[in-house]
Amino acid sequence: MDDGMDELLGEFLVESFENLDQLDQDLVALEADPANLEVLKSIFRTIHTIKGTCGFLGFGTLERITHVGESLLSLLRDGAAAVDTEIADGLLSMTDAVRAILVEIEHTGTEGADAYPALVAELARLQERAESGGEAVLPAAVPAAAPASAEPEPAVIDGPNGGAIFLANLAPRPRPDAVDVPEPGGEPELEPEPGTRVGELLVRDGAAAPVDVAVGLIQQEGGDQRPLGEILVDAGVVTPEVVSDTLEAQREVKSAVADATIRVDVGLVDSLMTLVGELVLARNQILQLVSSTPAAAGEPAFMSATQRLNLITTELQTGVMKTRMQPIGNVWSKFPRVVRDVASQCGKQVRIEMDGKETELDKTIIEAIKDPLTHLVRNSIDHGIELPEVRAERGKPTEGLVLLRAYHEGGQVNIEISDDGAGVDVERVKAKALERGLITPVQAAQMSDRDAVNLIFLPGFSTADQVSNISGRGVGMDVVKTNIEKIGGTLDVQNRPGAGTTLRIKIPLTLAIVPALIVKSAGAQYAIPQVSLLELVGLSEDQARTAIENVQGTPVYRLRGNILPIVRLREELGDEPAPEAGPATIVVLRADEREFGLVVDEVRDTEEIVVKPLSPHVADIAAFSGCTIMGDGRVALILDVLGLAQRAHVIGENRERSGAPGAGVADDTEGPTEALLLVQVGSEGRVAIPLSSVDRLEEFPAGALEKASGRDVVQYRDSILPLIDVCNTLGYTPDYERDASQLPVVVYSAGGRMCGLVVDAILDIVEDRLTPTATPIRYGVAGTAVVRGAVTDLLDLHAVIRAADPDFFDRAVPADATTGSLSHV
Amino acid sequence: MSDPRQFCTLYLGEHLLGVDVRRIQEVIAFQPMTRVPLAPSVIRGLINLRGQIVTALDLRDRLAMPERAEGERPMNVVVHAAGGAVSLLVDRIGEVVEVGDSIMEAPPETLSGVARDLIRAVYKFEDRLLLELDVDRAISVGGALLPV
Repeated sequence: MDDGMDELLGEFLVESFENLDQLDQDLVALEADPANLEVLKSIFRTIHTIKGTCGFLGFGTLERITHVGESLLSLLRDGAAAVDTEIADGLLSMTDAVRAILVEIEHTGTEGADAYPALVAELARLQERAESGGEAVLPAAVPAAAPASAEPEPAVIDGPNGGAIFLANLAPRPRPDAVDVPEPGGEPELEPEPGTRVGELLVRDGAAAPVDVAVGLIQQEGGDQRPLGEILVDAGVVTPEVVSDTLEAQREVKSAVADATIRVDVGLVDSLMTLVGELVLARNQILQLVSSTPAAAGEPAFMSATQRLNLITTELQTGVMKTRMQPIGNVWSKFPRVVRDVASQCGKQVRIEMDGKETELDKTIIEAIKDPLTHLVRNSIDHGIELPEVRAERGKPTEGLVLLRAYHEGGQVNIEISDDGAGVDVERVKAKALERGLITPVQAAQMSDRDAVNLIFLPGFSTADQVSNISGRGVGMDVVKTNIEKIGGTLDVQNRPGAGTTLRIKIPLTLAIVPALIVKSAGAQYAIPQVSLLELVGLSEDQARTAIENVQGTPVYRLRGNILPIVRLREELGDEPAPEAGPATIVVLRADEREFGLVVDEVRDTEEIVVKPLSPHVADIAAFSGCTIMGDGRVALILDVLGLAQRAHVIGENRERSGAPGAGVADDTEGPTEALLLVQVGSEGRVAIPLSSVDRLEEFPAGALEKASGRDVVQYRDSILPLIDVCNTLGYTPDYERDASQLPVVVYSAGGRMCGLVVDAILDIVEDRLTPTATPIRYGVAGTAVVRGAVTDLLDLHAVIRAADPDFFDRAVPADATTGSLSHV
Repeated sequence: MSDPRQFCTLYLGEHLLGVDVRRIQEVIAFQPMTRVPLAPSVIRGLINLRGQIVTALDLRDRLAMPERAEGERPMNVVVHAAGGAVSLLVDRIGEVVEVGDSIMEAPPETLSGVARDLIRAVYKFEDRLLLELDVDRAISVGGALLPV
C-alpha cells in the first residue's frame, strides 16, 4: 500500500475507534430512551461513515456487517420499529464485531478470517422483524415515531375546525431524509435544521402530553401562525418557563456538535512536553545562578528578564500540560456499556451515574487508570450490588446504583466509585483469607475491621465462591492497587456494611513534573515527591540523640503520642552513619497508608522536578523511582517512598497492606514478622499486643481516675475513656510493689469507640515472627509464643475488652457492628 | 574478506582496547556524577549529558583490574545501548585505527576470568596488541543483564 493509502487507513482507524466509543454510549442511551431520535441519528451517521470508508478501502466483511446494521438502523430511525433489548443486543454485538475487525486491521492490515455470518444473519433477521412490524412496539410517548407503514389505520384526531386530520401525515415519512423535514411549527428564530423539535422535547421531558402537542401542530396546519410553544402556553398546557427551558435545551443539542478542535499527534505533544521539561531545568539553573551571583543581582535589566523567563516558562509549562489533559469522561464513556453487560450477565439491575465527567487528567494517567477503573466498576456490580430480589427484601430499590465521581482537590484528582450494594462482609473476607492461608486465626481475631477490609488487596484473594466470567479469579484488586500506586496514587476503601462500598482513588494530575522536597544525606541530594510528604520534624542536637528511642534495634519516635517507626536514610542507602550527632530532620512520610519517619541530614527546599526514568542498570533498586536534574546541573535520585519503607521493613513486603505491623501475612517459607508491643502485666506477666491495634500509648496520673457507672474512666481528649485493668481481666498476680502513681495505658479504638488497657509497664516494641507455640489456657490470651527469648502471652484484645465491656463492639458505630461476632478463635 | 573496521582505541592500565566506532556516541572529559547508593560498584554514577542521563560504568572495575590511582580522572566513552546511552570510564583515549581481519586472532590464553568474556578478538599490531571490547557484554551489569 502506498503512503497515501497508509495515511488514509490510519485516519480511518483513529476516527472509527473514536466513533465506536461514542456508539457504545449512544446505544445504551438509546435502549434507555428509545424515543431519542437525536441519538438514533448519531448512531446511524457513525455506522454510515464507517460503511462508506471501508467500502472505499476494500474491507468487504466490515462493509457487509455495517451494511445490514445500517439497514436495521434506518428502519429504527424511520420509526418502523422501536429499540428493544433484542435489537440493542444485536447492535452492540455489531459494534463489538466492528471493533474486533478494526483491531485486526490495525495489527495485520487485513480483516482476518472471521466473516461473522451469524451476526449478519441475526441483524438481517432483526431487520426483517422490524420491517414486518409484527412485534414492533412503539413508544406511545412520541408522535413523531408513529409509523406510516406499520399502521394500517392511521390514528385520527378531530381537528379544530371539525375536520379529521391524519396524525400519520405529521409523522416523518419513511425515507432517509424524512427526519430532517422542517417542522411545521418550528421556532422562527431557530433554523429548521436537524435538532430535536420543541414538541418532541416537551413530550420527552413529560411537560406536555403527546396529544396536546398533536393538537397544537394541527392548529398550525390549520393556519395558526403562532409558534408551537406559544400555542401550548395559550392553551394552558405548559408554562412559559417550561417552553423557554426547552428552547434552551434545544440550542444546547445543536451547539454540542460544532466543537472547534484539531487532531494532533500524541508523539508531537510528548516531545513538546520533553522540551518544556528541559526548559524548566534550564530556568531552574538560571534562577540558581542569578541568586548566587551578586553581580547579576545588581543588574536590574537582567533581573527583570530573568523574572519574565521564569513567568513565561511556568505559563508555557501549564499550557503544554493542558494540551495533554483529557476529561475523565473519555474513560467513563465506556462504562454504561460495561455496566449494562456485566449487570445482565449477573442478572442484576444496575444504573450508572457520573458526576464530574469534565475533570481533567494527564493523558498518560488516563491511560494508566483505564483498566483499574473498569475492574473496580465490574467489581462493584459483581460483588457489591445485590440481586434484585435480595435488594427488595432489604428494602432497597431493585435497581442498584453505581456512582462515579471525580473532582480536583489539593493538586490531586479524586475518583470515587461508590455502590449502594451490600458492602464488604468483614467476616466473610476474614474467613476467606483464613481459608487461603493468607492470615492466621490469631491475626484474624486481632485484625481491625479496616485492616480486614484491606485484605481484599492481597494477591490471590477473592471472595467470589465461584469464579465468574467477570471477577473472582483473584487477580483483581492487588493488581488494581499496584497499578494505581505505580502512578503515585493511593486507593482507599470505605465500607458501609449493608449500605455499600466506596473506593476512593487519589492520583496526581501529571507524572512528568512534580513538586518535590530536596533533602541531603551523606553529601548527596535526593528528591522526595511531595505527595508522600506529611510533615517535617526538626530535631536539635540534643533531641537527635535522645528523642529517637532505639528499642532493641527498632528505632521509633513518639510523634504527639503516636509511635512512628524511624528509617535512617544513611543506613538504608548503605552510607556511613552521620560522623557526629548533629541536628537532624525527620521527614514524616506516608507509604501504603502507614506513616514512618525518614531521618535525613538536611532539608534543602521544595522544587518542581522533571521526572526522568532510571536507566536499566539501576532501575531495579527499590529505593529509587527515578531521577531528575537539579538546578546546579547535577543528577539527583528520586526516592521511592514505598520501596524505601519496604526495604526498611517499616511496612510489609510485596505491597501487602495488611502485612504491615499488626496483621502480618502468612509467608510460605518462614512465617511473617510482626511488630508487637510488649507490656508487663502484673508482677511477671509478659504480654504482646499487635502494634497495629494500638492507637496510642498514654500515661495517666492515678489521681486522674474517676468512676462512671462503677467503672474506672479518665477524661481523655474531650471524651471519656473507659479503662480496663488487663491484670485483673487475665487473672495475673498483681504487682503490689509497683509505683502506682502513674498508669501506663494502651489506647485502643474501634468503630469510633475507644478504651484504655491499663498495664503495669510498657516494655518494648519488637519485630518478630509470630508462631504461637502453645494453646491458650487463659481467657483473653490468644496463644503463647516465644518473643525475644522470653515466653510471652499474645493478648486476645477483643476477648479482654468484651470481658470488661460485653457490648463494646456492638455499641460501636454501625460500620463496625460485625466485629462483635468475632469469637471463633 | 570483509571491509576493514574502524576502532576507537582506549587505554586501561597497560592494555590497549578497541571499541567499534559505530557504537560510540561521543567521548567527553571527566564529568561530575551522582553516586547511586546500593548499586554494584561498577556503576560509578549518573551523568547529566546535556539533559540526557547517562549511567557511567567503570571499565577497570568491570575487567576486575585494580582501581585507578588517586587523583587520576577517567575519560567518558559514551556508547549507544538499548536502554539509553552508557558511559564507559577509561584511563585515556587513543586514536581511531583501521584494522583488517588479516591481523585478527582469538583472545590469548593469558587473559583470565571476566576479561576473557569481554574481549571478542585480538588484533596484532607491530608493537602491541589491540583487544576488541564486546560492548554489549561490557555494559551488561546490574539490572541490565543481557538475555542469556
